[in-house]
Amino acid sequence: MNYIGSSVLRIEDRPLLTGEGRFAADLSLPDQLQMRVVRSSVAHGRLVEIDTSDALALDGVEAVWTHQDVQDIPPIDFRMAWVDGLEPFRQPILAAGITRYVGEPLAVVLAEDPYLAEDAAELVYVEYEDLQPVVDPYQPEPGEAVETTLVEKGYGDLEEAFEGAAEIVEMELRVGRHTGVPMETRGAQAWYDPLRSVVEMFGAAKVPHHNRAAIASMLGLPLGSVLLREGHVGGGFGIRGELYPEDVLVCLAALRLGRPIRWIEDRKEHLLAANHSRDQVHRIRAAVDRDGWIRGVDDECWVDQGAYLRTHQVTVTELTTSLLPGPYVWPAYRSRAHVMLSNKTPCGTYRAPGRFETTFVRERLIDLISDRLEMDSVGVRRRNLIPADQMPFHREIEALGTEVTYDSGDYHLLLDRTLEFLDYEDLTAALARRRSEGEVVGLGMGFFVEKSGLGPFDGVRVTVDEAGEVVVTTGVASVGQGVETVLAQVCADTLGVEAESVRVRHGQTDEIAYGMGAFASRVTVMSGSATLLAAGQVRERALETASGMLEAAPQDLTIDRGRVFVQGSPDGPSVMLGEVAARLRPGQAEGTPGLTAEGWFEVDHMTYPYGIHCAVVRVDPESGEVTVERFVVAYEIGRAVNPKLVEGQIAGGAAQGIGGALLEDFAYDESGQPLTSSFMDYLMPTVVEVPEVEVLLCEDAPSPLNPLGVKGAGEGGITAAGAAIANAVADALGGSEEVSCLPLSPERVRRIARSLPRP
Amino acid sequence: MSNRTEVEVRLNVNGRDYRVRVEPRRTLADTLRDNCGLTGTHLGCEHGVCGACTILADGEPVRACLMFAVQCEGMELRTVEGLADGDRLHPLQQAFWENHGLQCGFCTPGFLMLATGYLEQRPEPDEEELKEMLSSNLCRCTGYQNILKAVKQAAAEMRG
Ligand code: FES
Ligand code: FES
Repeated sequence: MNYIGSSVLRIEDRPLLTGEGRFAADLSLPDQLQMRVVRSSVAHGRLVEIDTSDALALDGVEAVWTHQDVQDIPPIDFRMAWVDGLEPFRQPILAAGITRYVGEPLAVVLAEDPYLAEDAAELVYVEYEDLQPVVDPYQPEPGEAVETTLVEKGYGDLEEAFEGAAEIVEMELRVGRHTGVPMETRGAQAWYDPLRSVVEMFGAAKVPHHNRAAIASMLGLPLGSVLLREGHVGGGFGIRGELYPEDVLVCLAALRLGRPIRWIEDRKEHLLAANHSRDQVHRIRAAVDRDGWIRGVDDECWVDQGAYLRTHQVTVTELTTSLLPGPYVWPAYRSRAHVMLSNKTPCGTYRAPGRFETTFVRERLIDLISDRLEMDSVGVRRRNLIPADQMPFHREIEALGTEVTYDSGDYHLLLDRTLEFLDYEDLTAALARRRSEGEVVGLGMGFFVEKSGLGPFDGVRVTVDEAGEVVVTTGVASVGQGVETVLAQVCADTLGVEAESVRVRHGQTDEIAYGMGAFASRVTVMSGSATLLAAGQVRERALETASGMLEAAPQDLTIDRGRVFVQGSPDGPSVMLGEVAARLRPGQAEGTPGLTAEGWFEVDHMTYPYGIHCAVVRVDPESGEVTVERFVVAYEIGRAVNPKLVEGQIAGGAAQGIGGALLEDFAYDESGQPLTSSFMDYLMPTVVEVPEVEVLLCEDAPSPLNPLGVKGAGEGGITAAGAAIANAVADALGGSEEVSCLPLSPERVRRIARSLPRP
Repeated sequence: MSNRTEVEVRLNVNGRDYRVRVEPRRTLADTLRDNCGLTGTHLGCEHGVCGACTILADGEPVRACLMFAVQCEGMELRTVEGLADGDRLHPLQQAFWENHGLQCGFCTPGFLMLATGYLEQRPEPDEEELKEMLSSNLCRCTGYQNILKAVKQAAAEMRG
């Protein structure tokens, strides 16, 4: 059977359907203490006093800690660092003297019961001396806001590009503050196991191996003394699983108090304390020729990073500046990005970080250029797309420490296929007809290049035991995206077993020595490839061993559904893989005992999938409400291991993108108080706002960088959603340049619609 | 342990009686999860918006985060753990599986119970009614369309 390429049903679903999932909050240990975090209620203030006496006086409260109690613990370090000297901006695990955002951890209460812990937390009195908050760091007065660093990238002769331009098109664009908001809030549970002298933490996600090392180093423990466990994870989207203060605090408390410590976040805390993302302002200028050729682009941008630089440091800015040009040639380009601090929740990555923002900026710019030149925007895109014969295309820019080289692609082909899929002529004619009948409708497009498969390595161990059970152990993590099924498919095809019989273990730091984790759409690319290598080696070993058992040359044998036999004679003599494994007991065979192998896949460069989003919207100019009538995603994935799962990733990403385009925004008042701290005000799409996402999945440009030819699928559903919807709204409103800000909330759209001349 | 007042409550969940001692302020969701060990009922917001905690109380979908355990004595409660018949999945569970109606699975128990309660009372809903019903729960992973498909398929199957 060919599992790769087929939409097999997920092997991980059953426990999730029957209520047997094991999420962070589902574990309860005898004698555990509950941790509750006391959070700052002001955006910026000096901590004059934190009085914990009333809280401590409550029966059942074991301890209350403030910064003084954890002074010996260093701030949380960067997981990825691209600029030197930014260490002073790291976040301490409990605020040290000054609090810098509403929601910052100031103290923790450890108590017998979660309700009691909450009561006690309310009895911790904090006296603040107010300091001036920064809430809008985009046009700071000197000395008012902190610019941590300026990230600058570019190539080509910008001056010449602008000098010779027929037209210069300028725009200011802004993307609101969104984030992943997984349905499961964060949570962690830690305990000390004297039997093995380790502190274990359950509730890890995304990057367990990295976080184990970070926690060990912060607590001054050898690496082997910390063990991280991943359970079921209720959504990742970039923000979940990064190392946060609370993770360190539960481990520290477990060690110090000698009891299991459990911390489960509530939704308000999540919205105030887990990473935010996006929130950028761009001022962009393009130099263009009369025929639509873009000679050069100059961008200046401000990234509101919030109060501290967290584990990602300036990763989002790095991606923003290096990937803004997207699918276009742009002979000259520069982006200068100011990384600003403010008194808001600190930021990290959120699905398609830097690409959601820049695709919005770039694709709005393309539409504006088209309007100025009175050209069709599809034509302008076509004119500027990188031609297929220039692949691999070297951008002459570095991102995340590796050169940006688009590995393969035929952008023009994808554009053609998309237009055909849309029935472009008919669609635009139908929209024109509806407009003439008074409807406010529009079509918008966004072309994007994604990145995926970030290295440098990942490893997998494949083992067949004597009962014939196959176990794939990987260092990557699962955040609910279908890792188990995909790796089982690759293993099954390579080894010759049934996918349903393969078990996949992930996210346990004691089961495999190294693991990079689940981010940057890297799992299928990296672990899929490593699985291919490991399963291939196991197959070879099995054939060699079976050759002695069946008295046939290894190259004449094959494996099907776990049975080894001579090719072409399925009814002849055979042995099961379990029997083969039994032949490889220690002392019975040469080489490493057991039917097992590790495969390590290494890669220097990322692979770049790409796609097009198209939206058809209807605008109610009175209410400002935007309805997405159609949403189409054309996506080049190289090769889809499981098309149904890929489509699921795309549909889910698109829904989040629609949320970011129309609804979601973390708003603050001028004193830095968050106005969105519950699901009543941070609005996410429901089934009513999300149309059926039509997916055109293409496998025209396999990646040459990995043996499967795959490109990542995790992010391409969201990347151009803001761009396509904004372009569609602008189209509906007669090409308005005012459509420059996401989300396009009803207030904003109504304001724009009112400002337009009546038809 | 502190001297907070606890009362004894008898809950009937999935046909089984549980005797628990809880504070009167303890929510039904927390009681199911922590006192009855039924952790299939999830908490996504604890303020009645996301629907992850949806269970059936006397056949009606309710938000278990908005009820207190003490209110539920004498009610017939059903949670996701009671949905399958031994090894046989409920038609909704089966349809969610076949239609890829879940990714992380965190919202799934809530959607399953919401749809179960609804379809048991209104076996022949049209698409708009289904959307209206499903719009009371949030999912951040799937984009909803596969959930909608799954519920439609299960509705047809449950009608037989
Ligand atoms: S947890 Fe009950 S509605 Fe969200
Ligand atoms: S499947 Fe993850 S929230 Fe619905």
